[in-house]
Amino acid sequence: MPNMISLRIDGELVRVEEGHTIFQAAEAAGKQIPGLCQMKGLSPVGACRLCVVELAGVNRLLPSCTTPAQEGMSVTTQSARIKSYRRMIVELLLAERNHICAVCVSNNHCELQALAMKLGVTHVRYTYAYRSFPVDTSHPRFVLDHNRCIVCTRCVRVCAEMEGAHVWDVMGRGVGSRLVCELNRSWGQASSCTGCGKCVQVCPTGALAEKGCAVEEMIKRGQSISRLAETRGGVL
Amino acid sequence: MAQNIIIPHVSRIEGHAKIAIHLNDAGEVDSAQLHVTQVRGFEKFTEGRPYYEMPSITARICGICPVSHLLASSKACDAIMAVRIPPAAKLLRELLHCAQFVQSHALSFFHLSAPDLLLGMDSDPAERNILGVLEQHPELARDGIALRKFGQLAIERLAGERVHPAWVVPGGVHAPLRSDLRDAILGELPIARSIVRRTLQMFKGVLDGFKAEIDSFDNEPTAYAGLVTRENSMHWYDGAVAFIDENGAPLARFEDPGEYSNYIGEAAVPFSYLKAPYFIPRGYPAGIYRVGPLARLNVAETCGTPLADAELAEYRQRAGHPAQSAFYFHYARLIEALRGVERMEMLLQHPDILSTHIRARAQVNCLEGTGIIEAPRGLLIHHYQVNEAGAIVKANLIVATGHNNLAMNHAVEQVAKRFVKGAKIEEGMLNRVSAVVRAFDPCLSCSTHALGQPALQIDLLSPQGELLDRVAN
Repeated sequence: MPNMISLRIDGELVRVEEGHTIFQAAEAAGKQIPGLCQMKGLSPVGACRLCVVELAGVNRLLPSCTTPAQEGMSVTTQSARIKSYRRMIVELLLAERNHICAVCVSNNHCELQALAMKLGVTHVRYTYAYRSFPVDTSHPRFVLDHNRCIVCTRCVRVCAEMEGAHVWDVMGRGVGSRLVCELNRSWGQASSCTGCGKCVQVCPTGALAEKGCAVEEMIKRGQSISRLAETRGGVL
Repeated sequence: MAQNIIIPHVSRIEGHAKIAIHLNDAGEVDSAQLHVTQVRGFEKFTEGRPYYEMPSITARICGICPVSHLLASSKACDAIMAVRIPPAAKLLRELLHCAQFVQSHALSFFHLSAPDLLLGMDSDPAERNILGVLEQHPELARDGIALRKFGQLAIERLAGERVHPAWVVPGGVHAPLRSDLRDAILGELPIARSIVRRTLQMFKGVLDGFKAEIDSFDNEPTAYAGLVTRENSMHWYDGAVAFIDENGAPLARFEDPGEYSNYIGEAAVPFSYLKAPYFIPRGYPAGIYRVGPLARLNVAETCGTPLADAELAEYRQRAGHPAQSAFYFHYARLIEALRGVERMEMLLQHPDILSTHIRARAQVNCLEGTGIIEAPRGLLIHHYQVNEAGAIVKANLIVATGHNNLAMNHAVEQVAKRFVKGAKIEEGMLNRVSAVVRAFDPCLSCSTHALGQPALQIDLLSPQGELLDRVAN
């Protein structure tokens, strides 16, 4: 019998198994916390920081996906401060690369776009970086467009943890971070890629897409990856 | 002393341009040039993009005729995939195209040009706009708005959005046409048809009042180019590109779009970001030719629909064959709007129009593809080269207004010589110079593929280049 702990989320008493994160506890209590790197079935990394919450007695915001729930915690998931930070993060993501929704294969089916709309991001207050990124079209079935990548690393984790191929990784630091295939080879040359397409399905934006999908046509099936993890008993 | 006149902004056109009129020492017009002042660089920044994204990216060149770019681009992509698209997809694409012709021609005639035609070239510029037309000719203005709405609504019903729909895709279209939407468009067709017919009647009634404009609006003979079927009937979506000379005799004809570069060269001119295409066998600048409604009615023998063909016969009696004056662009545009409505009806009643087999799928099978269609303003060419992975290596776009560039410059000079006298610009003089540009219905944002500034200006310059007068219209 697992140990149960009690904590308050937005004032509501919640009981969860010990070892759960705040994100999982909130989800169990029916509360929605946004997150672009978090995905059911994959290990949490706290890359996007969109799931930040306030913790009573702690001055700084904490990522709920990597912070373990503890007995007696009092967590706030929605506040003006949290919303302003989340909005700022989305704006920075949009400014960092070239997210042109109108001509994106994932337009209307994009988690970043949906979150921006939910948070009321009508404009970006920061100067766009307008950096030039390549598009890797070398794979026969899939395409990687770095312009649309938010380096959430879902693809890295799904490939390493579920497919066991570990084709993807991240090179560089900070805003210079970039997804790499094997040891920085083009995708089409990757000998470890099984072509399963899991990375494409978990990608929250149009960065990874099926080849030949025209604008607005790329609809991801990320939930099927979570269900697959569940049937394998891998869901935390 | 010799002088220059600059018209800094040409209004009621799509995009931005200015006109410079150079006067000689006697104060007469020496030469005139149309400057297109912006560059956008679509051909450059699409390099490296997957080819199948090109239809939606290049559609952003224009908000008036995005459908034309969607279609030309998709045809180029079809060629790269080396597929023959399903018959229903072809019908649906043409239907969408016809709806766009109707709305675009309605915009050009009623919203942009009717103020000149109905209120007079010398009328107060503050009132010479669609609102002025609405005040003095409310029925006609309402007709114009209704006709454009008909075309836009049909586009929305077919493609989901009025502007920049993502419905046309390489290999066909994204979704089939629903029967209720087909019936809705069919239900609105009779009103649209009657609007075009009564506007044609009205226009023919006032045509004789524009003799000076007909005689001076670029009536110098040129060659013409347009798409035609094997039977030499007009076609907007598919067909062979035919060139005729100034007397109507055939100059050249090619079926394979990829052959365009054997016939059409592109010269760069120092005074404009708009390149100047020319007919290669005649060289530059002698290879001047015109495209668009005037050219299409000159090149094709028939329109292929009964009412439009009857109007075409009358048009040829009035304007001659081939019609030369750019003023007849307006007349030709109305006949084409009628053809568009009639053709839509034919397509909507086609037994295959509701078919669900609407898309062919393939990967890259050719490293090069060219798509040619007739946009409302004339021939539109999209030519792409890709690598084996499907990334764009090179893109070349030649749009309608580009084909007409040499002719437009010629027209501006001719009208300036006829109407501009002395160093001071009179309003009516300025407007006639702008109006000839408007007759071509140029889409400069398309032609330079340009980011915006206000519309058009005329500058009057001395031979030393000194600015003597400037008027924004």
